[in-house]
Amino acid sequence: MAHTKFRFIDFIKYFTLLIGVFVVLFPPYVVIVNAFKSTDEFNTTSSTALPKSFLNFDNFVAVFERGGLLSGFGNVLFIIIITLTLNILFGTMVAYVLGRFSFKMKPVVFGAYLVATIIPSITTQVATFGIIKDLGLYNTLGAPIVLYIGADVIQIILYMQFIRNIPFDLDENAMVEGASLFKIYRSIIFPLLTPATATLVILKTIGIYNDMYIPYLYMPKQSLGVVTTVLMRFQGVNSGEWNLICAAILIILLPTVILYIFLQRYIFEGVTSGAVK
Amino acid sequence: MFGTLSYSKQKNIIIVSFLLIPLILLGTFTFYPALKLIYYSFTNWDGYSPEKPWVGLANYREVFSTPDIFLVFKHNFAYFVMGIIQNIVAIYFAVVLNSKLRGKNAFRIMLFLPYIMNGVAVAFMFGYVFDTTNGSLNMLLNSIGLSSLAETSWLGTEGLVNYSLASTGFWRFMGYNMVIYIASLQAIPRDIYEAAKIDGAGTFQTLWRITLPNMKAVIQLNLFLTVTGALEVFDLPFVLTKGGPAGASQTYVMRVVDTAFAYNNYGLASAMSIILLFFVVFVLLIQQLVLNRGGDK
Repeated sequence: MAHTKFRFIDFIKYFTLLIGVFVVLFPPYVVIVNAFKSTDEFNTTSSTALPKSFLNFDNFVAVFERGGLLSGFGNVLFIIIITLTLNILFGTMVAYVLGRFSFKMKPVVFGAYLVATIIPSITTQVATFGIIKDLGLYNTLGAPIVLYIGADVIQIILYMQFIRNIPFDLDENAMVEGASLFKIYRSIIFPLLTPATATLVILKTIGIYNDMYIPYLYMPKQSLGVVTTVLMRFQGVNSGEWNLICAAILIILLPTVILYIFLQRYIFEGVTSGAVK
Repeated sequence: MFGTLSYSKQKNIIIVSFLLIPLILLGTFTFYPALKLIYYSFTNWDGYSPEKPWVGLANYREVFSTPDIFLVFKHNFAYFVMGIIQNIVAIYFAVVLNSKLRGKNAFRIMLFLPYIMNGVAVAFMFGYVFDTTNGSLNMLLNSIGLSSLAETSWLGTEGLVNYSLASTGFWRFMGYNMVIYIASLQAIPRDIYEAAKIDGAGTFQTLWRITLPNMKAVIQLNLFLTVTGALEVFDLPFVLTKGGPAGASQTYVMRVVDTAFAYNNYGLASAMSIILLFFVVFVLLIQQLVLNRGGDK
């Protein structure tokens, strides 16, 4: 009796998991098979049927030629590199000051960062827009960069959680040997925060790569398109040509999926250390 | 040279120089816009003219007296409903993947996969899946014998479009919730389960009396994210339906963006933003209150 019940529960588990996997994989499957179909083939075959050949790269070539995707990748890469460099620098600096020193204004600064996490940037966009314009950053790559650094304070909270676990004895030992406080930051704290930095790099890269709102609102200029806005424009011009759009979708999904396959362990760690306090 | 200064002087220099730029950025792009937003909400500024005429509470009065504006929240409600289901499914899969099972890791990797995908690409992907005539969802329904459903216009039917869109959100974020729930499950000490087993607790009793209570804090965090996420939906309907058909899938944030940038009514849009901000803080406070209550055991 107990034996059969156990089997039944197991059956339910695998059955529901397989349904879950099917639901997850069905939409990408459809995109993949149709990305390799010529327009004729697309019009005459079912949308779930396999293509004649997976070696038909015409759609991909067309997307690159017509879509301006390369500059989209270039722009988003530039934004990611600059943003991450500054994020890491500022994040570790603030965490060092707030994590290691006590001073009169500390509760105020700390509180400011905590309050900032409550204000969703999507709600303040109407006013932010004017500020970006006044600073002359509208329609420049500077707009997303300052917004990703200044309006997103998650990295500081993340670094502050990590710095708590670095023993203060290390700092004291270095002070006994006469190291300056800057040297302690540079050669002890900064390197020891590497796990947090790795987490930050992975999650922020995915976040910026996938963001649509900020580039759409602040960089409408065609030459400043990032992958998301380039894809939107491409879809607008070629709407209905689903085989082409599928190829474009696939090209844009591929980088993060590859990143995910190689780094999934770290991505899971990052997601959970960012969310579970 | 810096190293020769006394530690207290070094400390002051470090504090000031390390905090200066980050705090300027924080002020400029988080707090200053929030304050400006409050100010704009009392004016009927059009977004470009130099004078910003003060109108007092008129914008707020307009928001609250125009039922049309709040009716938009009805569309956001679909995302809330799907978000709740999403959390229940995520807890279910988390519990399943935390039990004895073959291929746990592979299942976890698959189910999390949508979260890392580009939102705009996902939106277009579902645009194709939901397409009425060419769409693969209707084709699939047809092939499993549900041909009566296979004519459905998923994104073109007023009562349905928000649930179709919200199910795309479900597809994308269920795995994210699941991974967080798995982490919280792994933090529950093993010996509690062993003790329960010795006491003769069954599977469902263990789930109800041990697993779920221990996940409470994380469930509440995810529910907060679900509620605020549902209030702030923008990109999916914006990319996929542009708010159509006939405004049936317009969400509150879309409405704010339209009011400001399409109709140049910055004052009204600011008041709407402040009201949204107020809702988010309200949800957070309620959640904190409930959380702290529950904490006093």
